[in-house]
Amino acid sequence: MFGFYIALAVFLVVAILLLIFRISRLINVVKGKGEETTSSSNNTNAVLMIVFMVLFFGLAAWYSFANFDAYDPPIASDHGVLTDKLFWRTMWITGIVFFITNVLLFVFAYKYRYDKNRKALFYPHNNKLEYLWTGVPAIVLTWLVISGWMAWDGIMSEAPEDAEQIEIMGYQFAWSIRYGGMDNQVGDYDYRLIDAVNSHGQDFSDRAGFDDFQYRDLVIPKGKPVLLKIRARDVLHSVYMPHMRLKMDAVPGMPTQFWFVANKTTAEMRVEEGNPDFNYELACTEICGEGHFSMKKTVTVLEPEEYEEWKAEQEAWLSKNPEYMTQVPDNLKELAVVTAGINE
Amino acid sequence: MATATAVDVHAHDDHHDHDHEQSFVSKYIFSTDHKTIAKQFLITGIFWAIIGAAMSVIFRLQLGFPDADLSWLQPILGKWIDAQGKLDPSFYLALVTMHGTIMVFFVLTAGLSGTFSNFLIPLQIGARDMASGFMNMLSFWFFFVSGAIMFVSLFLETGPASGGWVVYPPLSALPQAMDGSGAGMTLWLVAMVFFIASQLLGGINYITTIINMRTKGMSFSRLPLTIWAFFLTAVIGLLSFPVLFAAALLLVFDRSFGTSFYLSEIYIGGEALPNVGGSPILYQHLFWFLGHPEVYIVLLPALGITSEIIATNSRKPIFGYKAMIISMMGITFLSFIVWAHHMFVSGLNPFLGSIFMFLTLIIAIPSAVKVFNYLTTLWRGNIVFTPAMLFSIGLVSVFISGGITGIFLGNSAIDIQLHDTYFVVAHFHLVMGAASAFGLLAGVYHWFPKMFGRMLDSRLGYIHFWFTFVGIYSVFFPMHYIGIAGFPRRYYSFTNFDAFSGFTDLNMFISAAAIFTFLGQFIFLFNFFYSIYRGRKATSNPWKSTTLEWTTPILPGHGNWPGEIPTVYRWPYDYSKPGAEEDFILQTVPFSETMESNLPHENDLIALEKEEADEIVVDESKAH
Repeated sequence: MFGFYIALAVFLVVAILLLIFRISRLINVVKGKGEETTSSSNNTNAVLMIVFMVLFFGLAAWYSFANFDAYDPPIASDHGVLTDKLFWRTMWITGIVFFITNVLLFVFAYKYRYDKNRKALFYPHNNKLEYLWTGVPAIVLTWLVISGWMAWDGIMSEAPEDAEQIEIMGYQFAWSIRYGGMDNQVGDYDYRLIDAVNSHGQDFSDRAGFDDFQYRDLVIPKGKPVLLKIRARDVLHSVYMPHMRLKMDAVPGMPTQFWFVANKTTAEMRVEEGNPDFNYELACTEICGEGHFSMKKTVTVLEPEEYEEWKAEQEAWLSKNPEYMTQVPDNLKELAVVTAGINE
Repeated sequence: MATATAVDVHAHDDHHDHDHEQSFVSKYIFSTDHKTIAKQFLITGIFWAIIGAAMSVIFRLQLGFPDADLSWLQPILGKWIDAQGKLDPSFYLALVTMHGTIMVFFVLTAGLSGTFSNFLIPLQIGARDMASGFMNMLSFWFFFVSGAIMFVSLFLETGPASGGWVVYPPLSALPQAMDGSGAGMTLWLVAMVFFIASQLLGGINYITTIINMRTKGMSFSRLPLTIWAFFLTAVIGLLSFPVLFAAALLLVFDRSFGTSFYLSEIYIGGEALPNVGGSPILYQHLFWFLGHPEVYIVLLPALGITSEIIATNSRKPIFGYKAMIISMMGITFLSFIVWAHHMFVSGLNPFLGSIFMFLTLIIAIPSAVKVFNYLTTLWRGNIVFTPAMLFSIGLVSVFISGGITGIFLGNSAIDIQLHDTYFVVAHFHLVMGAASAFGLLAGVYHWFPKMFGRMLDSRLGYIHFWFTFVGIYSVFFPMHYIGIAGFPRRYYSFTNFDAFSGFTDLNMFISAAAIFTFLGQFIFLFNFFYSIYRGRKATSNPWKSTTLEWTTPILPGHGNWPGEIPTVYRWPYDYSKPGAEEDFILQTVPFSETMESNLPHENDLIALEKEEADEIVVDESKAH
């Protein structure tokens, strides 16, 4: 019944609008105002240009300043400080251009609105002006490109030797994380070895993998390079940590990586944000199916000492799943037992 | 050469003079007349625009009002609304995917280029019709078949394709990865093959017609900027669509014939697939080799249309005609060598990323030149705010606002954070979506009198413009904030993450604005269909414009001009020329008749005009 009333109301409103349209049209016909540029409507539109401009810039400026903290997420990585600096530098430069060009557009539209006593200026070209506004953007853009390129080059450079190696694997619809263990080397894998338990397809003929362990969260030390070795098991995913300003696709069949240095522990950030429940998060940013929006991992940043402590407490995967000892080649079995810390 | 063409066409004149009766089918359905085909593209485009926009409203309901009960949508969406009145998450992705596909390909490519290239090229260059009317007809009907297949896919039990409009494999290659990658994806690929064929048939025709069939005197340096834009658009399409075809074909092979072009080392649904050695990145390269030029395929025609409308309604020549052409050529060229900026964080070699960042930011320069030229055209003009002019000014504004954020995204270091967030959504919806849609609407308002012989109601046009302009900015400007805050796109819901739990108010605002904008379009739809039948009768040159289409009869018949095709003597932008009586001079007026307003170098051309006129007389006597 309620739906019927809504439909009736909509119908009546539309009918009234149509009537108004029809009547005003007939009045126009009677008055003989045809295609004449009616100066009143032309002026109205011109004034609306200015009204729009004022409202638009007013609202944008108000929201940008009033809600700055809401849309500017805190930074927690070294390179993030750099990319954010570039971001805000670009924002200022382009913001000024955005403001000036839009103002000119609306002001010209208003100022040079039709006037039957005036004639437009015949002004077909001016090469000096063209050179000017080709050259100036070119110079500014060159500056932006070079600063961007230098930052990019640093971020994408080879990871330092001593970086903590952590493998993160995306699958529908979660992440799984494997740590390099005491030797700080993540062992080889082969996707054909994946089964319900060995979710990473760890290849036990590689001795680097014996001490590898898995943990439900991503735990990383502060102030120390961390190398994420990123892979995907089924479809594309993308590792995204908004506070770390970090993003890299996870590609099946083509491992990718991203190294970075976190510079604030979770505890520090909790204090800074005034939010005792704050946690860093890791999300997926490459569409991967129905559960794309739910691929969350909690990221914990610890002081380096805390991290080492935590790491030492972890039990190797092989030790938790000793049945996989059968996959270890005979000549490495002894080594595996020792490295994985298996108590026989 | 030009003379020979002209004479050749004249020989056929009498044939065109008497309209022979056509059956309904050959006149309105399988028509080879470019004007009818243009209208077919336009109406089909409008149909798809309604569907595509309605889809966006549905997923905006989910994003803005996640707790709302959507069971009232059950009559249309059926099982995709569950018993609790919630939208199905996988259908949400299908909606996002189909919205993108429909808007980019069916509305802004076919609806825009298909309508205006077809309609304006022969009329503005002075030709009887397209080079091949038959191919032109095929172009529309291939598009129609493509649309029919895509439409059918919406009703599949497993849903239409839902891997995003870019349909990246392996997601789109493996039916076990998501329902939409089954039959829906197959139909998507088949539809795209037909669509590409349609684009190629159209593009070849546009290029051929513009090169070969210009009337006497219509040199390339006298072409209206619309034609330049359509020409370059067709060139881009012709060079890039075949690459999409290749990408789609390899995807078909991977899906159906067990090849491994894009697939490698996949473990899904509890089993390891045998495919090794393929690369999903290969698909991304192929896709974006079309995908990026595609942005300019939808944008350039809009810019061309706007150039024409802004000049006409500022009553001023377009400022920097040559600079405009050079910028468009620059954009055309650069559009082919920037594609990998969509892939900065795809695992691409970082060095390649640096190169593409450099090339990408270069493309900002010709775009900036165009904006400055538009502004200077408005400067000291005498601006008439027709609805078309309003939409053109709106286009310049959204083109600036959306273009500027491209400078962030083209910078690979900044793109790390912004990639695949709402910042990107805001960017391309403004610069490509809204700008092109404004160009399309401006074009409809401006050339409606030529299409249907009647005027659109201008007051409804004003209301429609302000609804749309305010609406578009209300939808997309706030998305920048959400993007800077890091919200990822294609998320069904944000409640899982603390980092993305804010902005419920802003998301609600955006959704409300989207509904508002969508409803505003019905003003246009009413105006459009009402005015076809009941609009005020048009005069022959309602906007006091200079180009050739306004020298035809109010409703041009088959062959466009009843008599001879007019000869062109001047460029298309002689507005408000000092000394001239009227504030516009048609392209068909020789310099010898406008002694009072000629510039010195134009007086020199008078002698040449006379010589050429004599030549025609001689040639025609030979021909008869």
